Amino acid sequence: MKLKPPSPSELGDRLRDSEVWKSIFRPGSIFRKGYKDTSRDRALATMNNVLYHLHPVKVKRHGLKLTYTFCLGGLSFFLFILLTVTGIFLMFFYRQQADIGGAQAYTDMQGIRTTVFFGDFVRNLHRWGAHLMVFSVALHMARVFYTGAYKPPREFNWVVGVILLFLTLGLSFTGYLLPWDQLAIWAVTVGTSLAGYSPFIAKQMNFLLLGGVVVGPETLLRWYVLHVLALPFVLVLFLAVHFWRIRKDGGISGPL
Amino acid sequence: MAREDTPLDQEVFDRVLKEQLDAGTDKRVAEGRARSAAVRAYKTAHPEEEAAPAAAPAAGGNGEAQAPAAAAATPAAAPAQAAMVAAAPASAPTRTAPLPTGNIPTPKKGAPDKHRLLALVPPEGIQRVEREQGDRVNVWPHLLIEEFVAMFVLSVGLVVFSTFLNAPLRELANANLTPNPSKAPWYFLGLQELLRYFHPMVAGISIPTFILVGLAAVPFVDRNPSTRPGDRKIALTLFTMMFMFGAVLTIIGSFFRGPGYNWVWPWAQGVFFDL
Repeated sequence: MKLKPPSPSELGDRLRDSEVWKSIFRPGSIFRKGYKDTSRDRALATMNNVLYHLHPVKVKRHGLKLTYTFCLGGLSFFLFILLTVTGIFLMFFYRQQADIGGAQAYTDMQGIRTTVFFGDFVRNLHRWGAHLMVFSVALHMARVFYTGAYKPPREFNWVVGVILLFLTLGLSFTGYLLPWDQLAIWAVTVGTSLAGYSPFIAKQMNFLLLGGVVVGPETLLRWYVLHVLALPFVLVLFLAVHFWRIRKDGGISGPL
Repeated sequence: MAREDTPLDQEVFDRVLKEQLDAGTDKRVAEGRARSAAVRAYKTAHPEEEAAPAAAPAAGGNGEAQAPAAAAATPAAAPAQAAMVAAAPASAPTRTAPLPTGNIPTPKKGAPDKHRLLALVPPEGIQRVEREQGDRVNVWPHLLIEEFVAMFVLSVGLVVFSTFLNAPLRELANANLTPNPSKAPWYFLGLQELLRYFHPMVAGISIPTFILVGLAAVPFVDRNPSTRPGDRKIALTLFTMMFMFGAVLTIIGSFFRGPGYNWVWPWAQGVFFDL
């Protein structure tokens, strides 16, 4: 009896026929054996995938036109994911301590730039991506305005969007302090000095933001926690509402 | 269609329809209300017809909810229950649900552990909802491929940019050494520019608050339902002006301000700007 090793295509077929493979990819997945390019399987491909099911099965054709959305909302979300991933990487190499005499935060920044494998590159991605996200969120808002997509029944989702814009600025600004270099503390000093002019609660506002009278180690700890945990958490909550309301309000807004 | 066969009082239908339309109700809603009123009027006038043909619409296969429900009930019980429920409106025109007692009902002894649902929808309760399917395309592949390409292009751009351009890292923070000029991050430079002209209370507190609250209020202020650019000239002009105003201030703050936050020409004295 001659035993012939299976060809790669046979092996692929057997793999895709296995119970393990079928348990991972739900019916309609394009990776599953027997996917047919029919309306039904196309619908299942969207519905039976945890990422894609944020989408409806079908969308209005005009919404696909690049010049209608410029993909700005989706790209803002993608940048948020990218910033989360690169941010987690950076967290492994960064300590938010800036005590007098030994600014660990700044030393760690230098370490990321010089000794960490791909550290400089990932930091660049994080920083440029962050600026780009502020930009794309602002442009997304302009796009929504120009297409009149905030009109009923989408009023509330516009308000959620304004909150998301505010949170995006907050995330970017809190991240700005973390390198603990001259650029960081003076930009933050200028930016937060305005809070000292709030009516009635100037001192309280200043203390709330800085954890002291001037930008110092307490500020760094405070802004670090806001940057890596508190603000992303709140942002994700509002993001969920934002996406959910898009679907509930009837998908993409009408053509012009 | 069983719905069309439901007897109704044509006079009442015409009268209510006219009333509703005169009151400015949408035509479809008005028709639905008129039909509902007319069917009810007919039933009150002909109580004797209630019991006999009540099962007919249910068996007619019109309502998707009705036919399976009737089939699910045991054959013997179905007509009796149907008659009972259908007869109810004649004696009690307004139906109210029983008040909650707080007692959780326990299943009777010997009750089958399957549970059955019986739903009877009175014909006047059926509203036909028509929605334009419109010109729609499948998300997979059309939208998902577009999203993928957008993501890919952005990623490549960002990777190339990050490979060749390093993010700035200046010398260690020093609270005693103020750099000249000291600038906020670029998205706040519009506000910093305003500080040149207004009291900090105005530039730093009042105007940002006004911008945020004003933005959130946009959909509640602009009640014009049209999305056609031709119908929204004022809204578009105002928004464009505000957006441009912010952009110009930001650009001035970024590139045209140098040491001492004084005016510089970026091509002559250089750029004092960090990202």
